[in-house]
Amino acid sequence: MNATVFGLCGAMAAGLGLYGLITDAQPLRKILGFNLLGAGAFLSFGVVARRGAAAGFGGDPVPQALVITGMVVAFAATALAVALLLQLFNTAGAATLDTNATSEGNDPPVT
Amino acid sequence: MTIGFALDSAIAVLVVAVSCWTIIARASFAAVVGFVSFGLLLTLVWVRLDAVDVALTEAAIGSGLTGALLLAAAARLRTSEFATQAERPSMALRVATALLSATATAALAGALFLLPSPAPTLAPAAAANAGATGLGNPVTNVLIAFRAMDTMLEKVVLLLALVGVWSLASDRFWGGPPSPLRGANTEGPLAFLARLLTPLGIVVGIYILWEGADHPGGAFQGGTILAAMWLLLMMSGVANAPATRFRSLRLVLISGPMVFLVIGLGGLWLGEAFLAYPVAYAKPLILVIEFVMTLTIAVTLALLLAGPPTREASR
Amino acid sequence: MSIVLDTFTVLAVTGGLFFFLAGTVGLLRFPDPLTRLHALTKADNLGLGLIVLGLLPQTNAPVGALKLLVAWLLVQLSGATIAQLIAREARRGMPQA
Repeated sequence: MNATVFGLCGAMAAGLGLYGLITDAQPLRKILGFNLLGAGAFLSFGVVARRGAAAGFGGDPVPQALVITGMVVAFAATALAVALLLQLFNTAGAATLDTNATSEGNDPPVT
Repeated sequence: MTIGFALDSAIAVLVVAVSCWTIIARASFAAVVGFVSFGLLLTLVWVRLDAVDVALTEAAIGSGLTGALLLAAAARLRTSEFATQAERPSMALRVATALLSATATAALAGALFLLPSPAPTLAPAAAANAGATGLGNPVTNVLIAFRAMDTMLEKVVLLLALVGVWSLASDRFWGGPPSPLRGANTEGPLAFLARLLTPLGIVVGIYILWEGADHPGGAFQGGTILAAMWLLLMMSGVANAPATRFRSLRLVLISGPMVFLVIGLGGLWLGEAFLAYPVAYAKPLILVIEFVMTLTIAVTLALLLAGPPTREASR
Repeated sequence: MSIVLDTFTVLAVTGGLFFFLAGTVGLLRFPDPLTRLHALTKADNLGLGLIVLGLLPQTNAPVGALKLLVAWLLVQLSGATIAQLIAREARRGMPQA
């Protein structure tokens, strides 16, 4: 069955996403890495679903439904993360998590 | 080596290569383009895994809307990119993280290899209980009937994310419209596309919602297409982003989870259980839930992409 | 009869793949954005059109065939619009010719 090939693929995508999440300094790249990690996890779910093919279905429908729910929630989380990042950029002048580099401590807070 | 296995291996190699590119690319724009391609290749993977509903969702939300969101962010953050590119992580951190990633990959792959065989599955249970709703698509059955609690709570999560995004606005902007999504040059071709494509897109969205009863499709996929059409109208300037204080807008946003909750409580009141549909009325109730849900999903997803209010509400 | 249809499918899809290959070579080898756009849009329209034509005998007529044709038309529409938008931006950065 093709599940093993895609299982490996999902595991590698998750590993690469984890690497990008931790090492890249830019927050946008961290969000990208986080999404890759999530996609790898969803692929693992898909492999489990494919192995559960029975009763005339091509795959177990319960993990598939969980993945659909997960994708929508992951998008909502990404949207919130991007909005926070853009707000950080507007307020601090630079999209970085390094507090020494931004002008946060110097300017009065924006309301 | 069969043709199917060769095809699957080719797609898997492409997926890993594109995700490597996404991590390695220097410019954020290139990385986001890589991510969108990654999502589209994943759609092929989902089709090969016999999960066509998931493939539709991945194409629509995973690579479509997320790609649009990240592209807009990459464009806005371009000026800050050169400053942060100077912060390179140290070699020690990179080696340690590479080891950690390799361990995580090996652990995940090992866990998948060690899964019990024959695989435990809920497919027979789903097939046996399909008569409770009369729907032909097992995934829709699971989403709307068997795991309806998850779907209802997911709608609430979407709403909470939207409230979170709105709360990032300054106090004086609360209730106003989000910034216009229009780029620098949007007259002409994009407006033409918006006017031509939107009616067709609305029909396709409703069609996918309707087909979700017996074939791959459903409320999430259809709602995302409707959201994309509204976003296209806003981006081309044909429609304006609405002020977030409009009562009708807020009513549409809460109607999805509200209808779901009311019908669920109705099931409890009729004596069965929370979110149990009486068998005689199951299909009409599910239709009502799905239609309202699609509308709410469309509006919520589009507003999530539009961002927090950036102008004052006109009195 | 099905042998003839299958041969037609294979031939048409191979022709479409050739145009996609040509478009990719054009993307990699042409000197500036406008010529690359030209290569890509030709690949999009003609290549996808041949593939859709080749797949028509394999679907259940007429609904499946109609869906394939609508998909091709939509790709052409969006491809043409995006090509126009990219070309405008590319023209801005170029010295007036």
